[in-house]
Formats: sequence, C-alpha cells, structure tokens
Amino acid sequence: MKVVVCVKQIPDPADPGALDPESKTLKRDTKLILDESDSYGVEMALQLVDTAGEGSVHLVSMAPNNEVGGLRTALAMGAESATLVSDDALKGTDALGTAKVLAAAIARSEPDLVLAATESSDGYTGTVPEMVAELMGLPSVTFAKSIAIEGGTAKVQRQTEAGYDDVECPLPALVSVTAGVVEPRYPSFKGIMAAKSKPVDEVTCGDLGIDAGSVGWAGGGQEIVSIADAPAREAGEVIEDEGDAHERIVSFLEELKVL
Amino acid sequence: MPTVPHVAQLDDDLAALHQQTLDFVAKEVVPHGDQWELDGHVPRDVLRTMGGLGMFGIRVPESLGGLGLGPLASATFSEALGSSTYAGFDVTVLVHTDMALPHLLNSGSEEQLARYLPEVLSGERILSIGVTEPDAGSDVAGIRTRAEKDGDGWRINGSKLFITNAVHGDMTIVAARTKPDDRYGISMFLVEKGTEGFTVAKALDKTGWRSSDTAELHFDDVWVSDDQLLGTVHRGFYETMRNFQNERLVLVGMGLGAAQRAIDITVDYTKERAAFGGHLFDLGAIRQRLGMLQAQVDAARASMYHCAWLAEQGIEPVRETSGLKAWACEMINNVMYDCVQFHGGMGYMRETTVERMSRDARILPIGGGATEVMLEEVAKRLGASS
Repeated sequence: MKVVVCVKQIPDPADPGALDPESKTLKRDTKLILDESDSYGVEMALQLVDTAGEGSVHLVSMAPNNEVGGLRTALAMGAESATLVSDDALKGTDALGTAKVLAAAIARSEPDLVLAATESSDGYTGTVPEMVAELMGLPSVTFAKSIAIEGGTAKVQRQTEAGYDDVECPLPALVSVTAGVVEPRYPSFKGIMAAKSKPVDEVTCGDLGIDAGSVGWAGGGQEIVSIADAPAREAGEVIEDEGDAHERIVSFLEELKVL
Repeated sequence: MPTVPHVAQLDDDLAALHQQTLDFVAKEVVPHGDQWELDGHVPRDVLRTMGGLGMFGIRVPESLGGLGLGPLASATFSEALGSSTYAGFDVTVLVHTDMALPHLLNSGSEEQLARYLPEVLSGERILSIGVTEPDAGSDVAGIRTRAEKDGDGWRINGSKLFITNAVHGDMTIVAARTKPDDRYGISMFLVEKGTEGFTVAKALDKTGWRSSDTAELHFDDVWVSDDQLLGTVHRGFYETMRNFQNERLVLVGMGLGAAQRAIDITVDYTKERAAFGGHLFDLGAIRQRLGMLQAQVDAARASMYHCAWLAEQGIEPVRETSGLKAWACEMINNVMYDCVQFHGGMGYMRETTVERMSRDARILPIGGGATEVMLEEVAKRLGASS
C-alpha cells in the first residue's frame, strides 16, 4: 500500500512572526518546520502501513527556497521519501493554486491513499484537501478520527460534533485527519540521522506540467488588499479580593456569556 | 520555550538531536518532574522510552547498535537535557550514558559488550559507576574497597558512597584495589544487582537532584567471576581517568542548559512583576545583571563546545575541560543565586522552579571533580602550550 501525506512546512510558531508589507503575507524567509497538524497524518500513514505489513509512506510538500527542514522531521518519523515543489512562480499562490500543485505532485506517485490535515496552522483555509480530491477525481472524506483499510475500501470514523459517523469509500481516496486523534511518534535519534539520506525529489511547476501563470500572484483568484498587525493584547483587570472577588468573577464570566 | 543554541560546532544533525531532546524533555519530563522529585527516582518506563528512541546510544559505535557520535553530541545532549530544570532527571540519564557506559565501551570485552550492551541501550539495564568512597572522592587513588583473587574470580569487600542510579539501577561498575602495595593498582568490575553480598546500605537524602536515586553500597565478600573484570587488571585507575573529561563535560552541559532556563524564567518573571511603577526588569540593576549572567553563560557554552571539539580531534583537553568545570560550575551557581534573588520572596518558596534549580546546582562544583581539584589540574599545566 502506498500512502501519500500532504505536509506543510511553516514558520516556527514559537518565533514571533512578521508580515511582509510587500507581499502582504507572512514572512517565510526563516527556517521552516513541519506543521504540527500534519504530524498526525504522517503518524496515521505510518500506522496504516505497519498494519498492512507492506507499503510505504511518501510525502508531498510545497515550499519556497527549497526548504526541507520540516520534511526531514517527517522523514525521521519513518516516511520513506518526499517530493518538494519549490518554484519562484509559486509565491502568493492561493488555496486553489496550492491544490493544483499538490494534486499534480501527488498524481506522480499513484497512491492508494492520500492523507492531509484538516487545515494548516498558518493559513487555516481548511479547503485544500477537498480541492485536491476534486482535482484528482478522488473520493474525499474529512475529519477522520480513525482509518482502517480493508481490501480496496477505506473505512473511516468521521468526527462530528455529536460523535462520529462510520463512512466507507473505495480506494484510492483522500482523507483529512483531525488533529490530536493519534499520538505522533518521536523520531528516534537513528531516524533523525537516517533522514538526511532519504530521497527528496525537488521539482518545479514546469516539471509538473503546470503553467506558471496559473499559480502564484498571477493565477490567484483572490487579492490581499491590505494587512495590519493584530491589536496588542490589552492589560487584564486585576481584582483585589475584598470578600466579593468571587461575585465579580462570576459577573465577568456572565458578561462573556460563558456561564 | 528552550531553543537550540547558535554554536559553530553544531551541524544540522547535532542541532536536530538537540531539538529532539528539547521536545522530549518538554513533553515527557517537565510535566512529571515534580512527582519524580517526590518519588526520589525517574520511572523506568521513561528510561525505556528514551532507550527506544536511541538516546542511550549516542556514543556507541554504529557497529554495536549506536549512533557512533563523539563528545560534541554528548555536549549538546547534556545541554538539552538541562533545559528540563530537573537536574535529578538529567543526571540519571547522563550517569548511564556518559559516565558509566563509557567504561564498558572503552574497556569491555567482545563478550561483555554482547552480553550487556543491548539491554543498556534499550534502558532495560541502567548503569551506575562506583568509584567514590567515604574517604575517597576526587582522590580516586585513595579508594579502600579491595578485590582479592579467589579461584576463577574475585572477592570484593568495601563500600561506596554517593553512587547515582545505584538504588534503582541494575549494574554498578566498581573500582576496587587489586594491588595493595600500589596506590594506582586498581581494577574495575561489573557487579550486577542481586549478586550475593552486594547491597544498598542506604538510599541517601540529598539537598538537590531529588529525582535521582543515590546510594551507599556495601560489598561483603562479593564474589564475581573473572569475566566480570572490566578491562586490564590493575589498570583501572588509568582507564577510569580516561573517562573523566567526558564526565566533566556533560556536567557542565546539563548545568548550562539549566542556567539558560533559569535566566529565561527570571527574565519572564521580572518582566511581569510590577514594582516601583513599572516592572522589575525596567530596573537597571536587574536588567544589567541578567545581561551579565547571559554573557557568562554564552562564554561558558562556547568554551564547552570548544572542549568537545578538541576531544573530537583526538586532543585530550584536560587543562581546558578542568578549567571549564571549575569556572562554569561556580558561575552556574552564581546564576542560580541571582535568579532566586530576582524572584524575591517567591524565589525562596519550594513551589518556584528557580528555588529547586538553585538546590540542584550546588552539587556541580563538588561532584565529578571538585573545583579545587580541577584548578590543580589547570595549575599543573600552567605554562604548557596546550
């Protein structure tokens, strides 16, 4: 069984991010890391291959500057190989453009199953996996909390607000994995050392047969008109307890409508 | 959040190992450390997990199932462990990986390595190193525990003190005098837990490192076979001394990781703590002192990685490492003192992290070669070119 996992490499959330006034997007000239929300998909894929007793996990990512830092983390977890799409023409690519690129890159691997996070931790559009499925003509199942492969069928427990739905679809299919449903493994030290020698196929839009004009700023269906820093966090209110602090806290929570 | 330091000697692999250790410590150690402090030891499951992740094989040759890395890896691993703020945990790991295991690796026979190494790497067999005695600490040649030839083995009598990992560990590498008329006539023995006559006389109650178990050991006519002799008979003193530079290096490493965390915690605290119409951090006396502490930690870090790099080049940096051990461990205690001071009354409360760290740090200028002994090692080499 061949599983492809879409992984995004994002600026480290631990570092204070900065907006680029020129591109009106997040600056991405720093070292990128594996989006934590994608680590669940990688773990799920590794578990599925382990259960099947055969197969491999391949990663697909799109990132500027040929950045592979985040991919190496996923490779250290146990993925076998990766495809990285990196091209200046991709700067400013919107969600649909990203889906086009990922779909073309994924198709080269002819996978049995494609996994993705439900959304990335920096963009949060939450639309890319479904668009990739549509472009590839694959069944799409979202918000998976567990996946089992039986024959040519994926049996998915799909998380809902009330519980979960049991869903089945034929393979190949694309399934988005809910964050937190599995415990991503720590890469072993040997895995980290081995990751550097695992193959990462770096390709451009041209290699994928994608017209550069259909992606990036030129191909975008949206325009970022302006950006502004988020307002600074306001100072909190300090309540000195003079015997009525509990009442004031209750009143405060009621104002917030959480009680 | 602790981050990988910018150090010239750290390549991508070592930086990745450092980051991985930081992640592990943040998720698997910090949330549980307080309980381990109360329990007095680190749960074996945690050590097994670390073994499974390959953390115990950093210095073990690839041919024997390890990563085959050198002193730079030990330096970065120990510094990352130090970010835990629970030095008792740090030293539990480092005694196993960097203080006891090197003796087995450097002196073990093929048969001994085959018998013990798999379990040592997996965390099933935790090691301790038994050199210190009631009357012999940094003066290794002064030990009184003796081993006498007895048939196909040796009979050991004596006692050891302050032995980390020996209460809950599985095997102690014991230094014993085998040549009574020779001050340096010492041999090393592998003594497994459960060997008749080998007992933990007492689990010791310490000021700090409370999540680390520390034992007083008794050897009452303990018989071990010839194949438990580690290395060459009567050469144990020299084989032991060989490993001391690495021991000193990792003690500095874990201390520096802790000192960096203490500074970071204190900067955060002083930026939040309102005083005199502003925050403590706004006061020049405090911010400049913290700046000086950071400069000293940066300098010690650079020196530590330099010592590790020298060792990787095959140079034995006794002067440099001894000097670093002497200076850095005293400096780290100064860092902890000031961090407690800048926490005010809170710094004296058991609930604060810096209070615990200040107790943990006190042992650093004593253990693994006291400051005074380290400075003698430097003094003996003054005037030499290296």
